[in-house]
Amino acid sequence: MLLTLTTTRPDDATPASDLGYLLHKHPARVQTFDSGTVHVLYPEADDERCTVAVLLEVDPVALVRGTGRREPFVLAQYVNDRPYTASSQLVVAMGRVFRSALTGRCDARPDLVDRRWPLEVHVPVVGCTGGPEAAQRLLAPLGWEVEATPLPLDPQVPAWGDSRYVDLRLRGTHRVADALSHLYVLLPALDGTKHYWVDEGEVDKLLRAGGDWLAVHPARDEIARRYLARSRALATFALDRLAEVEGVAPFEATDDDAASPSGGAAAPEPSADVPLVRQRHEAVLAALRASDARTVVDLGCGEGAFVGRLLDEGYARVVGTDVSVRALTTAARRLHLDTMPERVRARVDLVQSSVTYTDARIAGFDAAVLMEVVEHLDPPRLAAMERVVLGVARPRTLVVTTPNAEHNVRYPALAAGGVRHDDHRFEWTRAQFRTWAQRSAGAHGYTVSFAPVGPDDPDVGPPTQLAVFRRQAQPTTGAGPEVRSDGTTSDPTTRATNDATTRTTSNPTSTEGDR
Amino acid sequence: MATLDLPALSLVVLVGASGSGKSTFAARLFGPFETISSDWCRGVVSNDPEDQSATDAAFDLLHHAAGLRLAAGLLTVVDATNVQPHARRELVALAREHDVLPVAIVLDPPQEVCVARNAARTDRSVPSRVVTRQRDQLRRSLRGLGREGFRTVHVLHGVEEIDAATIERRPLRSDRRDEAGPFDVIGDVHGCRGELETLLGRLGYVIVRDDAGRPVDARHPEGRRALFVGDLVDRGPDSAGVLRLVMGMVGAGHALAVPGNHEAKLVRALDGRPVQTAHGLAGTLAQLAAEPEEFRREVRDFCDGLVAHLVLDEGRLVVAHAGLKEEYHNRASGRVRAFALYGDTTGESDEDGLPVRLPWADDYRGKAMVLYGHTPSADAVWVNNTMCLDTGCVFGGRLSALRYPEKEVVQVSAEQVWCEPPRPFLVSGPAASATRDPDVLDVTDVLGKRVVETTLAGRVTVAEENAAGALEVMSRFATDPRHLLYLPPTMSPCATAPEGADLLEHPAQAFAQYASDGVDRVVCEEKHMGSRAVVLVCRTREVAAARFALPAGSTGVVHTRTGRPFFDDARTEELLAVVRDAADAADVWASVGASLPGDGTGAPVDWLLLDAELLPWSLNSGDLLREQYAAVGAAARASTRATLDTLTTAAARGLDVGDLLESTARRAADADAFTAAYRPYVWATDGLRGVRLAPFQLLAAGRASGGATFEQRDHLWHLGVADALVAADPHDVLLTTRRLVVDPADPASVEAGTRWWTDLTAAGGEGMVVKPLANLVRGPRGTVQPGIKVRGREYLRIIYGPEYTTRANLERLRSRNLGRKRALALREYALGIEALHRVVADEPLWRVHEAVFAVLALESEPVDPRL
Repeated sequence: MLLTLTTTRPDDATPASDLGYLLHKHPARVQTFDSGTVHVLYPEADDERCTVAVLLEVDPVALVRGTGRREPFVLAQYVNDRPYTASSQLVVAMGRVFRSALTGRCDARPDLVDRRWPLEVHVPVVGCTGGPEAAQRLLAPLGWEVEATPLPLDPQVPAWGDSRYVDLRLRGTHRVADALSHLYVLLPALDGTKHYWVDEGEVDKLLRAGGDWLAVHPARDEIARRYLARSRALATFALDRLAEVEGVAPFEATDDDAASPSGGAAAPEPSADVPLVRQRHEAVLAALRASDARTVVDLGCGEGAFVGRLLDEGYARVVGTDVSVRALTTAARRLHLDTMPERVRARVDLVQSSVTYTDARIAGFDAAVLMEVVEHLDPPRLAAMERVVLGVARPRTLVVTTPNAEHNVRYPALAAGGVRHDDHRFEWTRAQFRTWAQRSAGAHGYTVSFAPVGPDDPDVGPPTQLAVFRRQAQPTTGAGPEVRSDGTTSDPTTRATNDATTRTTSNPTSTEGDR
Repeated sequence: MATLDLPALSLVVLVGASGSGKSTFAARLFGPFETISSDWCRGVVSNDPEDQSATDAAFDLLHHAAGLRLAAGLLTVVDATNVQPHARRELVALAREHDVLPVAIVLDPPQEVCVARNAARTDRSVPSRVVTRQRDQLRRSLRGLGREGFRTVHVLHGVEEIDAATIERRPLRSDRRDEAGPFDVIGDVHGCRGELETLLGRLGYVIVRDDAGRPVDARHPEGRRALFVGDLVDRGPDSAGVLRLVMGMVGAGHALAVPGNHEAKLVRALDGRPVQTAHGLAGTLAQLAAEPEEFRREVRDFCDGLVAHLVLDEGRLVVAHAGLKEEYHNRASGRVRAFALYGDTTGESDEDGLPVRLPWADDYRGKAMVLYGHTPSADAVWVNNTMCLDTGCVFGGRLSALRYPEKEVVQVSAEQVWCEPPRPFLVSGPAASATRDPDVLDVTDVLGKRVVETTLAGRVTVAEENAAGALEVMSRFATDPRHLLYLPPTMSPCATAPEGADLLEHPAQAFAQYASDGVDRVVCEEKHMGSRAVVLVCRTREVAAARFALPAGSTGVVHTRTGRPFFDDARTEELLAVVRDAADAADVWASVGASLPGDGTGAPVDWLLLDAELLPWSLNSGDLLREQYAAVGAAARASTRATLDTLTTAAARGLDVGDLLESTARRAADADAFTAAYRPYVWATDGLRGVRLAPFQLLAAGRASGGATFEQRDHLWHLGVADALVAADPHDVLLTTRRLVVDPADPASVEAGTRWWTDLTAAGGEGMVVKPLANLVRGPRGTVQPGIKVRGREYLRIIYGPEYTTRANLERLRSRNLGRKRALALREYALGIEALHRVVADEPLWRVHEAVFAVLALESEPVDPRL
């Protein structure tokens, strides 16, 4: 990987090659550091023009053997862009070989330090999430003229389009120390991968370290996010290895799927002051209150945001289930399960479960919630889910929410079609949702009613649709035996008979009575 | 000398005062672990066997330990005084909880013996007044022991009697494990004598008649025996005649029978006890009233003597009228008998006044096949290795029998509707099996640490965390388990080429390995560098729906090595149509059917399960190619080129950059080679245009039920099936797999194989897979690797990175550990074959899914992904 920094004369009295003093590297020599992996040399160096090149040779095999870290894609360690792109390794090397220049020290020629040099930076390959616009956003406010040219993925396969790398050229007049510090923070930030969740304290730390310019940078939040996202430890779950066999990205449970539609930019929340995810939580809570539920199972709880809400609401028993161990681990951390007071801890559990396998642990609840879950199932698997939830677990009340596909035209990013999240296998119109809900409710002895979530657009309806399934009372048994086509009967409710036991855990401090 | 009869599985409660000799008695007659003593338990929980304050904890331990033993089916003796009713009550409850019979053995030597023994003890002493009290309590208890629930009570008086006593363990009456059959298990007859005679005739029995022409016996020339699941009587036209025939058969040893609820009620009626005579009992009683008194008594004794369930054939077959869950097999208690006679009910009635029955079979996970009746069903279908044989003959349905162990259903239609059913009873055709309960998979079938029994590799263990990972992938991506029959195993590469070679993998190592395994012929098959695909294709929609529960309009699946469908429904059907057309044109259905092993019919098969490669690779792995391979290539090319320019400029200035220039030029060349390595596997597709499917193995095939697997057929047979399909394909979608047979012990043949591989990979091919020609081969060290891949030098660039061919890099990469990968490949292979065996044996869904799921779970074991 390579970075070059070129200057012309800063003024008539100073030859361009004085840059060598400032960098503390002689223009006539080829210098090698770090046991032969970092080279500093000057392809041109005269009075008019001087270019310094930092060249980093990364050993791809040592890269693999030396690191215990796992990459998102299993072969990534071996098929790796790091030997070729300007990223943290290059800036770390730069920080070492240009340490004094970066800190603004030059014992031989102190006068050069605060001089502003006409500079041109060239980084032939730098990862740039968000494309040339992101480079523009991060670097232009600092006084750089930015030229970021995307590299095509494969000139022989034009259909693939551009890669996430750009050829980056920056022109501007700066102190050399400032220029280096810009590169030091912003090259890794440009490369920054997806933001997940960053602790507030870490943001402050970076802002302090980034110096004056970062504190007043208009895109400083974005810089912080991009920069810190890189350092997020990747959990090693079996899922990674599995999903990646086929190049499927592991599913990231996000708080709000609608915030990350396929196609990049987040879909805005039109006319919604309260984020849609909050509105959805409120709507489901309202439905649960109306059902007089005391025990609730949140099926597909993801990282547990709604489980937390349910606990706050004082439900006597709250169980969150998810098929992803990773999501449950995050949920346990975010809910602070291990430091929770015993009385609260006794009311909540997180268990791995799948809505396509029957599971005694999800049976016997007053209410179950399927919030933004059904659209993550392939349509042929919906029947299994209906059987597992409505046929066997048989909560008294089931609340289901799912996106309203008609509303997608209100999201500019989705106007041309598409779904709100890469993993959505379908999104239903209101009519489709009703048809499905009424059929499955009827088949399992439930009635169903519907409600909008979010602003109910007169033309395309609300962004989210909600259905409440209520188990019908049976005339003689009350439990609802299922009459099979062969004339025999079955009552799946009694497959899991923990109804009574779950009730005994009721919490005397519940706020149920206040509502 | 007293011989005490004990049920082989029972809870034996010793009753006797301190010093009565219980421990000595137990030590003499029972195994060292069979007896749990309260003194020992006191010692465990308090360090002092006499510490009376530890009694509560000691008995907690005693009950717990005894419970664990009983749950495991082990006879257990409780050595405690047990002279107080409450102590015995708890033990009777424990026995009932585990459905074993409680037995009391009372030891009652004279008072002075007890006192003297206590006095002689050095470790502890019980005062004589305590002994006196205990003996009083014992005496008061003696008469009530039967009422307390003890099914057998033995009382031994005097020292001599105690010392001379022996025990005799008797198998439970239900335990007929030594009876191996073959059997013809016959469903609820309900007085339909005519249909029963017809059915017995169809099953090959010869009916014996008395002078009056009444059937009194039936014998099978091959010694088969009938096995009646109960409800012989009521509702139908000739219950008395049915009883005469069945009693004759049982008496002659030509049949076995279990009672139904109707027999149980008949016994009560014949005993003169008050019963409701609805549901056909009145008719039976009327018929019997016309018979002699002696016959009525025989009927009464016959029905009363029947055992509620039978465990047969080494525990592989269980018969009970209303079925029986696994925990109750070979157990004895009131509730076991009630379950066997009446089934699992909620105790509630539905709107028709019929009891609400629980679908115990849905949850059944036992190894034994359970055959039962009781609940009239439209058709006899398998649910988790159980089958209800009551097909409502008396209601105008059919009388059904199942041949065991053949698992073949034989039926005769009712002559007429003999009794109006309490609710509409629908008789359906064979297609009714499609309406069987959909997926009865439970999360406990797959989660947690699991051990899967395989015929090929014994017990294969799946770690809990791997199962957890697989649950997510299976739930989110895989197709419906009902048509996910197989996942392909991972495959090991050949041993690493030795130092000095300019590559990592070479055919020589693969040939050498098979030569050392004693394999005399191997087949080299071209590797297509597509995506592994498993193709299930059915001949008709009807078969697809009935056999695999495929949704309407769907005739199969095409899925990846993790079970995910490649295409949407429409394109899947399009591709399946291509395969089906080819199979029709080449008449593969018939040719495979004609050679199906263990089946004389030779009828065409109705479904094929093919192992194949789907091309291009970019079809399924477009994202991976784009975002990983192409991206790294783009970065590598741009970076090395820019560096080269910079160094060239520096060199022109006279700087000494010779070495750097040289290594950078080499890196630039490697970057180009890397890009060139993936390009052959990328091309555009549109619908099916551009898509190629290369089948190379027929995994299994079958009909509406049953089928066969083909791991014993040699690979040229498999490739022959593939070739027939390819040749008959007018759509130009199916692709042939080039192959070469090599003798790994013959240098010339090895040389030819090596040249073949060299040419293949030089032309941009991925490489080849070397397999034992004979397919499944068991060597002296166990199963031989089913295949070894030898990948091309250029192809490996996309695995090991652009610069892996540099000498220094190659030497470092040579140290790769193949042991785990090889072991994993064999375990997954065994699981895959196991899944296929279970499919063609029509085993329950959970059994098939267990093996398929385990393959996926093992795939998440951490092994070097480059292998």
